[in-house]
Amino acid sequence: MLERIVAVMVKEVRQLGRDRLTFGMIVGIPLMQMLLFGYAINFDVRDLRAAVVDEARTSLSREYIAALEASGVVRFVAPSAGVPELQRRMSAGEISIGIHIPRDFERRALDRSRPAAQLLVDGSEPMVDGVARGLTAVPLPRRDGQYASAVPLLELRTEYNPERRTAVQIVPALIGVILNMTMMIFTAAAVVRERERGNLELLITTPIRSAELMAGKLLPYVGIGLVQVTLVLTVGSLLFDVPVNGRLLDLYLAALLFIASTLTLGLVISTLARTQFQAFQLAFFIMLPSILLSGFMFPFDGMPRPAQWLAQVLPLTHFNELVRGIVLRGAPLADLSRPAMKLLVFLVLALAIATMRFRKRLD
Amino acid sequence: MSATPAIVAVGLTRRFGKVTAVDHVDLSIPRAGIYGFLGPNGSGKSTTIRMLCGLLEPSSGTVEVLGHVMPRDAEQLRRRLGYMTQRFSLWDDLNARENLEFMARIFGLDSAQRRERIAELSDEYDLAGVMKQRAGTMSGGQRQRLALAAATLHRPELLLLDEPTSAVDPQSRRDFWESLFALVQRGTTILVSTHYMDEAERCHRLAILAEGRLVAEGTPRSLMCDIPATVVEIEAEDVSASRSALAGDARILSIAQLGTRLHALLDRDTPEPAAHVKTRLATAGVVAHVEHVPASLEDVFVAATGFRHSPLEPRPRA
Repeated sequence: MLERIVAVMVKEVRQLGRDRLTFGMIVGIPLMQMLLFGYAINFDVRDLRAAVVDEARTSLSREYIAALEASGVVRFVAPSAGVPELQRRMSAGEISIGIHIPRDFERRALDRSRPAAQLLVDGSEPMVDGVARGLTAVPLPRRDGQYASAVPLLELRTEYNPERRTAVQIVPALIGVILNMTMMIFTAAAVVRERERGNLELLITTPIRSAELMAGKLLPYVGIGLVQVTLVLTVGSLLFDVPVNGRLLDLYLAALLFIASTLTLGLVISTLARTQFQAFQLAFFIMLPSILLSGFMFPFDGMPRPAQWLAQVLPLTHFNELVRGIVLRGAPLADLSRPAMKLLVFLVLALAIATMRFRKRLD
Repeated sequence: MSATPAIVAVGLTRRFGKVTAVDHVDLSIPRAGIYGFLGPNGSGKSTTIRMLCGLLEPSSGTVEVLGHVMPRDAEQLRRRLGYMTQRFSLWDDLNARENLEFMARIFGLDSAQRRERIAELSDEYDLAGVMKQRAGTMSGGQRQRLALAAATLHRPELLLLDEPTSAVDPQSRRDFWESLFALVQRGTTILVSTHYMDEAERCHRLAILAEGRLVAEGTPRSLMCDIPATVVEIEAEDVSASRSALAGDARILSIAQLGTRLHALLDRDTPEPAAHVKTRLATAGVVAHVEHVPASLEDVFVAATGFRHSPLEPRPRA
């Protein structure tokens, strides 16, 4: 039995070594995604282009504009003559934020019942609105104690990521996204390819058992998955200074559980797909909700209920919880038993479905 | 040939949805011989072979292969069975040695046995030169020899070959058949499907399949002798004129074209069949050489399918 599993493993590894594209993807996908997500995606938005219409033209209004610019959120481009021009420039995509300071700015500033100035925000872009809201908290420059206190009510302290760097949030979660994508696609393709090319028809007539065939095919990918985890962690630490606060062993155990789950998911896909193309389509069909709903990009708690339920079915949701807990919050695996158990349940169910559907027969 | 047959099938039937691919086929295939399935594409040859090796479950009927009830005991049969699929189904991205190594391991040969068998087979099937070549870059003949080597690694008692020579040149086909005879000499039972008449003629016994039904069975010689018709061969300048001249004759059961000649199958009771045809042609003014000839397997096939088809013509789909 072991002999046959080893035979299949040797064959798989040989074929993998010869399939340059797949081999390149094992390393290429993690690197590409790391660079892409690590550098390009940035949730702490800065330097939004803004234009101002200053109808007041007083020293107070100028100081106020300077205070806004000092926040670093906006970068002022040429001012506009009036609000209609401001709106036109926004619709042309020239600016994301417009600030209108009315003629009676000074008087309004004293009157606490009315806002002193107006902020125009481009709502068509994600994130901008939320960031701009932060601008409304910028206090008016103090002058002889005339104005309201500038001390904010709440002090904000960001735990586990004090510098609020997006890479710190994104990179650990990328482990899951990358594993999810590669494991699922590779296994599904590896099994479906053999069906497509007729190899399976031959294999079925040999003494090999389905379980041996599956184990031999999947085990090499477990190794590949662990290599990918190591790669992401290393690059994350070198390029983006992402720390691993928890125990490495815990992280690898969690990764192993997740790898097993996604491989099995790939296996289920392979029993549904007739061609490699269908397998890719199915994998993609799972990939997209995984990225969007798993809490990788958007906070899980903010999603509507049905989306949250759907996310429970996706293994990436639970792994993201595990990986963020271990890598960033330094939590021991024992404290994360809920997501770990959910992942385990997923694995067992998927395995049952895969074995039920994978029969050593053609019909 | 030993007393108990290698394969016994009774009422073997397989339906795919509304299509009946194999329709109540009874088989009794003796050991240590080459048994042929002759029939055009879509006649149910592959489906039958797949049911015999447990790849497909019969819709009804029973099969016993080497004493194992299929598909129930399929796993027990595996070690005693070699199967060559219609399509090359070893791995294109592995070389010949790696392919053989893999299959040998799957069949549980230890490393000494593997080395020995692979050396033997490389010799026997002339694979020494391509051992390090990937299967995907080999010629049709080389791939076929490799596939046969892989199917016989574990010295199976029964070899199922599904149209093994469909992608191979004539010389390779002859060599391949020599290899099959060598295997039979050593006691192997071989079941081979083909749509080539010359290959069918080399089989020890033959089953003719058409539209999923077994329409004739026996040795090639007995099939040709017992054909329920008389064969007249017509060689004429104008083949189509001959055809139309003979059309509608009550004694002529079918006319099939074989190259430049026509074969007319006549009612067995026709006195002087050659003369009968000659007269018909002469009346129509067709000059032809007419001769009463022994039946070929092709004629047998035409007769067995109710004088409706020639095996070389594509068949209408049922």
